[in-house]
Amino acid sequence: MSDLKFEECLARLEAIVAALESGNLPLEESLKVFEEGVALARHCGRYLEAAERRIEVLAKDEGGATTTRPFAVPTDDEP
Amino acid sequence: MRAEGGLAALMPSETRSVFTVSALTEKLRAMLEEQFPMVWVEGEISNFKVYGSGHAYFTLKDSGAQLRAVLFRNRMRRIRFEPGDGLHVLAMGSVEVYPQRGEYQLVVELLEPRGLGALQLAFEQLKARLAAEGLFAEGRKRALPRFPKKIGIVTSPSGAAIRDMLRVIARRFGELHIVLAPCRVQGEGASEEIVRGIQDLNAQGDVDVIIVGRGGGSLEDLWAFNEEIVARAIVGSKAPVISAVGHEVDVTISDYVADLRAPTPSAAAELVVREKQAIVESVADLAHRLRGAMGRRLEHERRRLDALGRRRVLTDPARPLRDLHRRVDDARTRLHRAVDGLVGAAAHRFELASAGLRSASPRVRLARDRHRYERLETLLQGEFRRRLDAARHDLRATVGRLDSLSPLAVLARGYSLTRTPDGRIVRRAQDARPGDAVEVLLHEGRLDCRVTATKEHDERPQV
Repeated sequence: MSDLKFEECLARLEAIVAALESGNLPLEESLKVFEEGVALARHCGRYLEAAERRIEVLAKDEGGATTTRPFAVPTDDEP
Repeated sequence: MRAEGGLAALMPSETRSVFTVSALTEKLRAMLEEQFPMVWVEGEISNFKVYGSGHAYFTLKDSGAQLRAVLFRNRMRRIRFEPGDGLHVLAMGSVEVYPQRGEYQLVVELLEPRGLGALQLAFEQLKARLAAEGLFAEGRKRALPRFPKKIGIVTSPSGAAIRDMLRVIARRFGELHIVLAPCRVQGEGASEEIVRGIQDLNAQGDVDVIIVGRGGGSLEDLWAFNEEIVARAIVGSKAPVISAVGHEVDVTISDYVADLRAPTPSAAAELVVREKQAIVESVADLAHRLRGAMGRRLEHERRRLDALGRRRVLTDPARPLRDLHRRVDDARTRLHRAVDGLVGAAAHRFELASAGLRSASPRVRLARDRHRYERLETLLQGEFRRRLDAARHDLRATVGRLDSLSPLAVLARGYSLTRTPDGRIVRRAQDARPGDAVEVLLHEGRLDCRVTATKEHDERPQV
């Protein structure tokens, strides 16, 4: 599940909640998707906790290939 | 210089000044080119034509005159709008004479549209052309990802735009991956750098959305975002592109072709990055609804189960046994009645036959009829036996069915019956007292027991 994008994860969770709230699923199925939903909610929560701040700037190395290096946010006012 | 002919005689030959064509043309050329080294001319373009060499030839005209003009390829590149017939322009250039053809023309250095500014005209022209190509169509626009992980930004690394965007992103959801493709956003070469920035970010492969933009400035400052190559790079981008150029009032070609136009760079950041707090809350809300829905479902199922548990078959399990008893009794009664009826009927017929015999008393007939009587009797008995056998057979079949319905058959499934010595069935604990003797009938055999204690309620799980 970890390779599931957050967006897909949330969409799946929304679908599960909607299905459960409709009450149309057989009990067995309800329990199954409920467990999946709990796992998805946990995954979403972890994603939100684990996201990390990274600001990079593209640069060319000696060979002309594009690389990235950390970007220092400018503070002084320029146009 | 020689003069010939009649008219020449009218003037003294010493005073005649005669030019060759070349000499006159050369004199005119020198005069014109000295007099008009650089002039501004206003007129309307007609017969505009670009030749294979890349030079453009056209005529400038007004209501009274025409002037040939040429625009060389190297000058053409500096002109931002597209010259064409009917366009009212100001042309700056020098007048040159073309001696071989005896013509003069304006060699144009600069061309500006009259009325609209050159930039404005160029903007309108490119806008019309790209619109005709369908590049502004709503159907072409892609949806932005709701939760981008990696955001590409094409702008100046030192401008106000990048600071504004990073500030907004940090406030809303700081823990994102931002990649800046640095470029100049105005001046010569800016458009090429913007194009390269868009391409480099796409080459990263995992950029979810790209913001292209800069802070406010004059139309001239924003010009790079009105260049065709920038528009084409935006159209060609794999990742959706947000255009965020200048202030709310500034609209550029980039804004038209982008998947989304943001009024300012800060607004672009707000459109791309949702507030973390709102996301956290919506996940929490979903988790809450998930548990709520499951809880309600389980409660519903439990109530259904309770309702089932209250049905008679479960609260009074002995009831089917009592019904069986009654059916067995009924069957037995009907059987007796049937057998009695059969026997009675046969006896009656026998009586009749005997009476008949007795009434036919003559011995002669007796002797003759004895044989007939015996035969009749045999037939009668045979018939009686058959009927009796049939009745027995029915009886056996009925008893067989009874067996399958019998309480004893139920006992085989593990139920037992508890009776008092006088045969009453013990259904409730209060039917017996400690010390009472009871019989427990099992599938096989019987237990004679004595009650040690009675409990009116036990810990049997409620179903």
